Amino acid sequence: MDTTREIIRMANQIAGYFQSYPQDEAVTETAGHIRTFWEPRMRQRLLDHSSAGGEGLHEIVTRAVERLRVPPVGSA
Amino acid sequence: MSISEIDYGTLARESATLVTLDIDGREVTVPEGTSVMRAAMEAGITIPKLCATDMLDAYGSCRLCMVEIEGRRGTPASCTTPVAPGMKVHTQNERLGRLRRGVMELYISDHPLDCLTCPTNGDCELQDMAGAVGLRNVRYGYDGENHRAAVKDESNPYFTFDPSKCIVCSRCVRACGEVQGTFALTIDGRGFDSKVSPGALEQFMDSECVSCGACVQACPTATLTEKSLIELGQPEHSVITTCAYCGVGCSFKAEMKGTTVVRMVPHKDGGANEGHSCVKGRFAWGYATHADRQMKPMIRESIDDPWRTVSWDEAITYAATRLRAVQQKYGRGSIGGITSSRCTNEEVYVVQKMIRAAFGNNNVDTCARVCHSPTGYGLKQTFGTSAGTQDFRSVDKSDVILVIGANPTDGHPVFGSRMKKRLRQGARLIVIDPRRIDLVRSPHVSATHHLQLRPGTNVAAMNALAHVIVTEELVDRDFVADRCDPMEFARWEAFVRDPRHSPENTEQYTGVPAAEMRAAARLYATGGNAAIYYGLGVTEHSQGSTAVMGMANLAMATGNIGRDGVGVNPLRGQNNVQGSCDMGSFPHELTGYRHVSDDVVRQQFEEVWNAALDPEPGLRIPNMFDSAVDGTFKGIFVQGEDIAQSDPNTQHVFAALRAMEIVVVQDLFLNETAAFAHVFLPGTSFLEKDGTFTNAERRINRVRPVMPSKTGKQEWEVVCELATAMGYPMFYRTSAQIMDEIARLTPTFSGVSFEKLDRVGSVQWPCTDEDSTGTPIMHANGFVRGQGRFMITEYVPTEERASRFYPLILTTGRILSHYNVGAQTRRTANVAWHPEDILEVHAHDAEERGIRDGDLVSIASRIGATTLRARISDRMPQGVVYTTFHHPVTGANVVTTENSDWATNCPEYKVTAVQVTLSNHPSDWQIRRGALVEVAAE
Repeated sequence: MDTTREIIRMANQIAGYFQSYPQDEAVTETAGHIRTFWEPRMRQRLLDHSSAGGEGLHEIVTRAVERLRVPPVGSA
Repeated sequence: MSISEIDYGTLARESATLVTLDIDGREVTVPEGTSVMRAAMEAGITIPKLCATDMLDAYGSCRLCMVEIEGRRGTPASCTTPVAPGMKVHTQNERLGRLRRGVMELYISDHPLDCLTCPTNGDCELQDMAGAVGLRNVRYGYDGENHRAAVKDESNPYFTFDPSKCIVCSRCVRACGEVQGTFALTIDGRGFDSKVSPGALEQFMDSECVSCGACVQACPTATLTEKSLIELGQPEHSVITTCAYCGVGCSFKAEMKGTTVVRMVPHKDGGANEGHSCVKGRFAWGYATHADRQMKPMIRESIDDPWRTVSWDEAITYAATRLRAVQQKYGRGSIGGITSSRCTNEEVYVVQKMIRAAFGNNNVDTCARVCHSPTGYGLKQTFGTSAGTQDFRSVDKSDVILVIGANPTDGHPVFGSRMKKRLRQGARLIVIDPRRIDLVRSPHVSATHHLQLRPGTNVAAMNALAHVIVTEELVDRDFVADRCDPMEFARWEAFVRDPRHSPENTEQYTGVPAAEMRAAARLYATGGNAAIYYGLGVTEHSQGSTAVMGMANLAMATGNIGRDGVGVNPLRGQNNVQGSCDMGSFPHELTGYRHVSDDVVRQQFEEVWNAALDPEPGLRIPNMFDSAVDGTFKGIFVQGEDIAQSDPNTQHVFAALRAMEIVVVQDLFLNETAAFAHVFLPGTSFLEKDGTFTNAERRINRVRPVMPSKTGKQEWEVVCELATAMGYPMFYRTSAQIMDEIARLTPTFSGVSFEKLDRVGSVQWPCTDEDSTGTPIMHANGFVRGQGRFMITEYVPTEERASRFYPLILTTGRILSHYNVGAQTRRTANVAWHPEDILEVHAHDAEERGIRDGDLVSIASRIGATTLRARISDRMPQGVVYTTFHHPVTGANVVTTENSDWATNCPEYKVTAVQVTLSNHPSDWQIRRGALVEVAAE
């Protein structure tokens, strides 16, 4: 199976849920959800795909990825 | 514990008003409404009885319990006579003795006199009463017309029905109706011809009987007797323990002869079941000693090699060496493990500890991933904690019961019976389910509304119900203002008020007539105490978590939370799903649902465990499979789960397992997953385990060993030895020590210990101090998260759609007689009821395809195909087919897809687009599996 395609599908599903919230909140919640529940190599694959053009990513995911690139406050 | 329990004769009554009376010169005080019989028993005064028992309403037919009451005429039956203030009762005198002997003479004149060879010799109430009344002769003789030649019915695999021994007391008939709610038994005929009859004079196996055992338990003679008791004789001691099947978590008395189980009898003091049982817990425990059980550790280099039986030391060293080798080659995160909801809290806890501390990562997940993980997410977001809100008793106070995506009479039968009892008392029922489950229409129970929605549209239905509640001003504004976040409520209210959520608009998705949806919403909001009970028909969807939050929204909006009779209640599939989640089995959470990234929490564990813990979440089960296929996940420890049968897209699971370099399986049997294993560590059955299970109502019950471990070890000992062999020393002397560590590290368990459980029976978490016995009703004075949080629940249709090539929707589930992948129940006589998985098809869909009842059919999805038999069923709506996944040969999950819940990756088992066609041969997958099984068995 194509793991990247699965990563895209899962990320878009998350954005699909949060898109009912105001845009900025949706981006924050999507990034937060991925940071809270996704194992680092899954996150990295998402970031890599985004860096490679991010084909197929929901707009909210694309914006959430940018926040994921920034380490959370308080982290080393 | 002794075998016999006190039978108080009639049901206990609850009343704030106490009544004091005099019985045989003793002053007795009992709640108003109590029978004279029970009052006497509570004072230690035994009144002879036959038709009375404390699980049933008083009946007053045997006339053995008559008493004299000063100031009243005659000799009233003490079972049907309620106490009254100042009443003076005499239970024994010459007149009463004479009358009772007369009654017994009549019974015994038509009863076989084979007491010495009777299987219930020593445990027969008729025998006891003959002694109690001093029966010395029968004036009528034994040669008159009688029933002694009546033919025995041995059709049921677990019990016999010998009508020659029946005294027609109706206890069995009443138990079937009052306790079980099936009404399969009746009294046929009148007078001397009266006889107990399953259905219309059918055999038990041909009748509606569901084999719950309530009739056998109620029978005061040898008429209904367990076959195991007939074979083994009377037990000599008993042990209280907990059933290992569904999430009801029934307490049982294991009645023993040495280390052999004679029978399992539901425990009257069991908080979850209060003396009732189902066919699985009561009878289907024989798998524990089945010949298929593996008792010795085994290893093999490759899955194509034959197994080699080895010592524990060799197996553990081999597993540890290979796991470490994989980590050295592919990295720390290249291995992980899965905990089991069939194992005890203590066993689950040590596995997740081994993974976090010895493996050094958080790649631990549990089978709840594929069932109730959306419950964890949804209820935590809205209420603040991942658990159902009520105890089971709460349903006794419900006025409206909303059952969605659950089939309690099959999946959670003992609670289903309790629910039916409440429905017979007048509570009204709303069922939301594509399938017409038994609750919709069964004896003396009928749903007020059955919203037969299309699979995959739960969220649209929740929003439609919410729309009606908001637009028709049915919101409990005081509750919302007092208890919920006002900003989130305002946002939600505006969302659901939108006309796109109206029943009239959502009808195009759900297929539910708008008027019916509106009526159901009004009933839920205004019918009194309204409780929601739900199952996997809610969670196993791409919007499973959204639907859980939708239900929580409904409960908060109508104020149906925080007291008896209301709430949002997940019916957990397996016995310890709640516990396995509580025990830190999810890859992002430590025990008590605290995130691994929380430095303070993690530090507490690091100090106690003496190990550095990873602050990043680990892989979930589907992520493990994807990573295995991808080449980055190479080793797994599987505790008591059969992922090769239970998880979706079997061929993907097979590919993932094949891609791993080390698979360790700890199980009772060489299951489907073991075909891909390199190390097999034999596990213990619930009859050998020492620990605790936590049921769907958060009740922590003791699981006590009734026999020594057949492998020589407890499962947690094996896990500790594996962790130690990997370089992380882990040691406990007893499972009680493990619980002590759990309590030390988990605030919601801080008041739990084996000592307390043995003392008080059970506790419901949160249990936060020594004196507490827990919290039956959650969120009573405030939500765990502070203010209740309404969540937006936009309906997003699943990507899985019916098409020209796959025009039907498959939904899967379970059946009463089997449990999960059937590993246990298939190794019992329960196969008599369900020898194979069946595809239920609507008559119209069948006719279109030329399918007749019993035909072999192929069911194919975009993922795969399998072959099984079809049954024409009017339970199904047109366009929807249904099957179970209890038999590996069927391979129902060859067909299901990897679509999953957006928040949790819980698979979407309930919606798969399929085509069904006539067939005359097994599918390609079934042929390949057959070859695989042959190799594995070598």
